[in-house]
Amino acid sequence: MTTQHETEKVSRRSLIAGIAAAGGTAAFAGVAAAQSMPGHDMAAMQDDAPSAVNPYSAPSIHEGGHGQMITVGRVDAAANGFDPTAMLTDWDFGTVSLMEDGRVLRTFEVEAIDKDIEIAPGVTFPAWTFNGRVPGPALRAKEGERLRIVFRNYGSHPHSMHFHGIHSWRMDGVPGAGLINPGEEFIYEFDARPFGCHLYHCHALPLKRHMHKGMYGAFVIDPDPELHPEFADAARSRLYGTPENARWQELVMVMNAFDTNFDNANEFYAVNTVAHAFAQQPIRIEKSRPVRIYLVNVTEFDPINSFHLHANFFDYFDTGTTLTPTLRTVDLIMQCQAQRGILEFSYAEHEAGPYMFHAHQAEFTELGWMGMFDVVEA
Amino acid sequence: MTDTSPGAPTAGWRRFAWLLAPLLVLAVAVAWIASVDPLRSFNNGAPPVEAIAFERVVLDSGGIKTFIRAGGSEPMTIAQVQIDNAYWTFTMDPPGPLARGSTAWLQVPYPWVLGEAHRINLVTNTGATFEHEIPVAVPTPVATQGQLTQQAIVGAIVGILPVAIGLMFYPALRGMGSLGMGFLLALTVGLLAFLLVDMTFEALELSLQSAALFQGQAMVILAALSTFLILMGIGRRSGQPEGLALAFYIAFGIGLHNFGEGLAIGAAFTAGSAGLGTFLVLGFAIHNVTEGIGIAAPMVDRRPPLWTFGALTLVAGLPAVFGMWLGSLAYGPQWSALALGIGAGAILQVIVEVTSYFLRRAEREGQSWLSAPVLSGFLIGLAFMYVTAAVIKI
Repeated sequence: MTTQHETEKVSRRSLIAGIAAAGGTAAFAGVAAAQSMPGHDMAAMQDDAPSAVNPYSAPSIHEGGHGQMITVGRVDAAANGFDPTAMLTDWDFGTVSLMEDGRVLRTFEVEAIDKDIEIAPGVTFPAWTFNGRVPGPALRAKEGERLRIVFRNYGSHPHSMHFHGIHSWRMDGVPGAGLINPGEEFIYEFDARPFGCHLYHCHALPLKRHMHKGMYGAFVIDPDPELHPEFADAARSRLYGTPENARWQELVMVMNAFDTNFDNANEFYAVNTVAHAFAQQPIRIEKSRPVRIYLVNVTEFDPINSFHLHANFFDYFDTGTTLTPTLRTVDLIMQCQAQRGILEFSYAEHEAGPYMFHAHQAEFTELGWMGMFDVVEA
Repeated sequence: MTDTSPGAPTAGWRRFAWLLAPLLVLAVAVAWIASVDPLRSFNNGAPPVEAIAFERVVLDSGGIKTFIRAGGSEPMTIAQVQIDNAYWTFTMDPPGPLARGSTAWLQVPYPWVLGEAHRINLVTNTGATFEHEIPVAVPTPVATQGQLTQQAIVGAIVGILPVAIGLMFYPALRGMGSLGMGFLLALTVGLLAFLLVDMTFEALELSLQSAALFQGQAMVILAALSTFLILMGIGRRSGQPEGLALAFYIAFGIGLHNFGEGLAIGAAFTAGSAGLGTFLVLGFAIHNVTEGIGIAAPMVDRRPPLWTFGALTLVAGLPAVFGMWLGSLAYGPQWSALALGIGAGAILQVIVEVTSYFLRRAEREGQSWLSAPVLSGFLIGLAFMYVTAAVIKI
């Protein structure tokens, strides 16, 4: 739906652009002189309408990290039914019961629902969702548990849940293995392994469309400290519910993007769906507590996405399947589509204030994937 | 209907009733269609068709301003604005949804860069995008008196000066034999033929940039056709035009052409996509000299009063100045297309009249209508215009 009005066409009678470039042709002196150049005349700027923003001056601190380079307005989170900030810490632990052999059975319930969502102020996207939200629920389990995911398709198209993890081919969520029609139900069942930061997504065809329509979510398996005696401390700090884990500020961030005009290129980039959400509402971080981010990249149409932390460095655990960092002391990592990992860092030594983070593809940043940590004392 | 003679009222009323009946049926049909909405069953839930035309772009110290016209089937809403693939704050005047055909100014405080290209991309509430490129960013000239004077000078150089120079060939052209006259008239037709082709394509091209609701291409063709017929009608009220009258028709047609030319030059300034070089202005001037020769041709065997030369020069050349002013002050591609369409119609009329004058002459003097001088005159006219146009074509 892009417009056909491409370039302001000026031809024979229009004496074009090129003239200046025609090399050495003397500018028509009188005319050139008559063209004032207000945009680049510092003196002229003072005379401008007082209400107008001066685009050539540096933004003030009050304008936030992006000054005038930001989407206009606010997304109605209530109407959407989800809020990117709340999603950062909103884990779905399912319901727990014990099986006959004494093992834990964790049951999740997930529904596929067609839903129009607001992905940027005033912009509606006809999404396909898991549980009415994009990204879908952040499922969290413990290594070794038996997982049962009851999946019901209330959408208008066939859907599935394909988990990145270890399981039988029959549970893979591809055609013939848990890909179901509208109105149907399927129960995926497998053991939670390996531990790490994973994801799930719909594997119906055409895959690209089902992905960028919003059918994905984070899937985290915490390590069992008893299975990793040599790194028990690290494992305990990851395992939800332990005192060691409680001191961490854990955030789940799903890097995603939306192609609103169906040209196979994204108009909006974000973490947890809403462009510029964390630029407009910075994420509160307490100085004294370390930060752990479960970062998942599901950006469609672009080969990679990235995460860059300002004024700080972090340790990175690729795919989260190790208890020692796979990268130490970096301030930027990149992830291919479906690549994910865990970031650990701290602002304990810093002075309180706003610290930026964003994709270090400048284009993604400027199209919405940028936010701030509001580091506070405490 | 207003016949007052006795006995006639019945016939008058009956005629009135016959006129009323179809109108009544039409009104009922419209009311019925509007209330029953038989098209409802075709509604398949698809989003409404949206369209945006960018009619003006202004670059100044406040950033980028653009004047847009909506062409959607339903009112449409601009949700976000990207400049160069970055979301940017913006204000819209008037705010709110844009009804079909309505217009608004968008102001974006974007620090554009002199001499570089920028890309505006509007995102509507449905996620549809509408893109517009600024090929070379230069400040939009402000309409000051100095500016208008400068434009008038440029307009005079590309419009008035060459016509005046062309007319100065008049004494030299006089005393030509009938073969020479044939050559000269054919030369005129040749240059006019070039202008007709060039202008028509230019108008059609411009019309593509205007909002769909203007139906640009149909508008251009219909404007040209109407102009042609009206001018033919006027011209032939008292026989077929010759001599001075024909010269004025040629001047008028060329004047419309120069008006369109001026519009485009002025608009190019405003669009921030033009710079004027001495080289180019000279190219234009030389290119347009032929126009003056063409105007002079039908008067060669008359003896017109001196003032007519001044008048002819102004009729043919002055519109370039007005065009420049209008083009730089208020510009929509549809208006330029319309002006050029009218110009094409006028040129066509002149071609027809000059040709018919030439044919009558040839018959009177018992000459072949396609002699070597005539053919070469036509081709030289075409070639001269083509080659000099190549110089100024970008």
